[in-house]
Amino acid sequence: MNKFIRVDMTSLKVTIGEVPEKYVSLGGRALTSNFVADEVKPTCHPLGRNNKLIFAPGLLSGTSAPNSGRISVGAKSPLTGTIKESNSGGSFSQKMARMGIKALVIEGMPKDDKFYVLKIDMNGVSIDEAPAEILGGTGNYEAIKVLNAKYGDKVGIALAGPAGEYRLPTANISFKDPEGNIRSAGRGGLGAVMGSKKVKAIVLDDTGAGSVPIADPEKFKAASKVFAKALLDHPVSGQSLAAYGTDVLINILNEAGGLPANNFTAGRIEHNDNISGETLNATISERRGDGKVSHGCHPGCVIRCSQWYPDKQGKYITSGFEYETIWGLGANAAIKDLDDIAYIDRAMDDVGVDSIETAVAVATAMDGGLLPWGDGKAVLDAVKQIAVPTPLGRIIGGGTAVVGKVCGLYRTPVVKDQGIPAYDPRPIKGIGLTYATTPMGADHTAGYCISGNILKVGANMDPLKKDGQIEYARAMQIGTAAVDSTGMCLFVYFGIADNPEGYQALIDMINAQYGWSLTASDVDELGKSVLKVERAFNKAAGFTNAHDRLPEFFEYEPCPPHNVVWDFTPDEIDEVFNF
Amino acid sequence: MIRVKVRLFATLRENRDKEMIIELPDGATLSDIIKHLNIPKEQATLLLINGKFAKLDEALEDNDTVSIFPPIGGG
Repeated sequence: MNKFIRVDMTSLKVTIGEVPEKYVSLGGRALTSNFVADEVKPTCHPLGRNNKLIFAPGLLSGTSAPNSGRISVGAKSPLTGTIKESNSGGSFSQKMARMGIKALVIEGMPKDDKFYVLKIDMNGVSIDEAPAEILGGTGNYEAIKVLNAKYGDKVGIALAGPAGEYRLPTANISFKDPEGNIRSAGRGGLGAVMGSKKVKAIVLDDTGAGSVPIADPEKFKAASKVFAKALLDHPVSGQSLAAYGTDVLINILNEAGGLPANNFTAGRIEHNDNISGETLNATISERRGDGKVSHGCHPGCVIRCSQWYPDKQGKYITSGFEYETIWGLGANAAIKDLDDIAYIDRAMDDVGVDSIETAVAVATAMDGGLLPWGDGKAVLDAVKQIAVPTPLGRIIGGGTAVVGKVCGLYRTPVVKDQGIPAYDPRPIKGIGLTYATTPMGADHTAGYCISGNILKVGANMDPLKKDGQIEYARAMQIGTAAVDSTGMCLFVYFGIADNPEGYQALIDMINAQYGWSLTASDVDELGKSVLKVERAFNKAAGFTNAHDRLPEFFEYEPCPPHNVVWDFTPDEIDEVFNF
Repeated sequence: MIRVKVRLFATLRENRDKEMIIELPDGATLSDIIKHLNIPKEQATLLLINGKFAKLDEALEDNDTVSIFPPIGGG
């Protein structure tokens, strides 16, 4: 990957240059976060001309390494005001890598009010005016059809949906998957940054692209085989995720009393089997039609945690129907019908909003009397209003913190204004440390302490106790920052956490591709360096340790059934980043 | 004798009821339930008693709720 592309939307000029020396050995999150730290003014307004948006494939993207198709997107976040990296599946990362593009940077903003499409092929970049039929609230599903018709079915597409056009803080960047459906770089409002730069879509045509060069093909192939075996041999990455999807977590979190319900007022629900992974699997199997129990979001995925969820007639409703979304609507907003949740999931993809942030905002709105509790039809209508946008659409699209303020609530589940995801930090203490301290704002993926506390993969911790959680949250954040830089799906962790040979194979693949000799300790250092760069950006943007705290209500509202509160002291929380 | 509510999940529901009441002698452990239900040990990796994670040799009490899961994951 030897091209570093910059598109200046102020002058509509494109520069295709060599990769700056500092970035040659970086990929994914390591590259996006270093770039943002180097070039974005920390105190800039995220929607103003000084913010920059960067897309970067991971180090292994575009190769035959299993599960290496994640694309990282970085900028200063309009939701949190922090540095942000959000990653997604789809075919974008692999196409970029095969086209030799190390990174695509979008900077500046046009003076006029037109939206544009960036079309990138092997000859360069063109900046086309966006077709009128994909603007003004047109949904992402339709926009993908229009762009496919104009540029060809096989192109890769990144889109700012209607929420991105309106620069709302919940706006995601949507990526076309291999079948023309939607995957998302969901968190942190990066779609609003794209919209602020008047880029409606990026189209990648990789016709004529070669394959990614591999320094030692034999070694790469051997390591790739060991790695794939590690993933397939593990019961979680090899079987469970394909059978039940991520939604299998509903029941284990419910049994453990850590499934946030009714806007974080309880940790258990009674209607768990309406919305569980077991029910999801059974419903898809019974309805058949377009339904698929298992589906990969990018070519080369062997875990296949995604699925196609059909309606009662067997017609496709949505794919990538995730635990987080189903929890947020089904448990936290008390919507008891899985079909209602599926239609809302589709609408969120279509409007282009983060399905975690929006679901948490919806439950907060219910707590504040803005929407009726558990009313799936009312929520579907409210989400569709984001595409207009009506005042209600703008409020929900403003995210959880905005909704909490508008409703006059103290119980607003956010850290650094990002909605807290699907694990209550009172009975599962380790994940609370990640929410509090990650430079991203409340983000479970930044240090997935659920693994050792609930799933017993990689560690065996007592979720109700503080013992060892600080060290664990630190180690998980460091490891994740490294994995996020490889282009690997985070779920590879399940296959390699307890399998040293599998972990070594991941490092061996990187070494074989680039002719490097990284050790496990180098990978650890990479993770640490990424976190330090991100944290330094946040500090320069005005964040202090006082921002690394959970909302106060967790300290005095006990969470049933275990009736525990959040009890880490500020000094203990600050130890997480003491490295 | 003690009466225990048992809840099964994911693949453990195949050819078994998802929820049942089981009577066991006093002093029975989680291990006794796994044997009673013919669940291979490697398929009963996540065990909870009344919402708290427990080990195979942990003794049960009357009216306990036991939850048993095979290896699962997500995120």
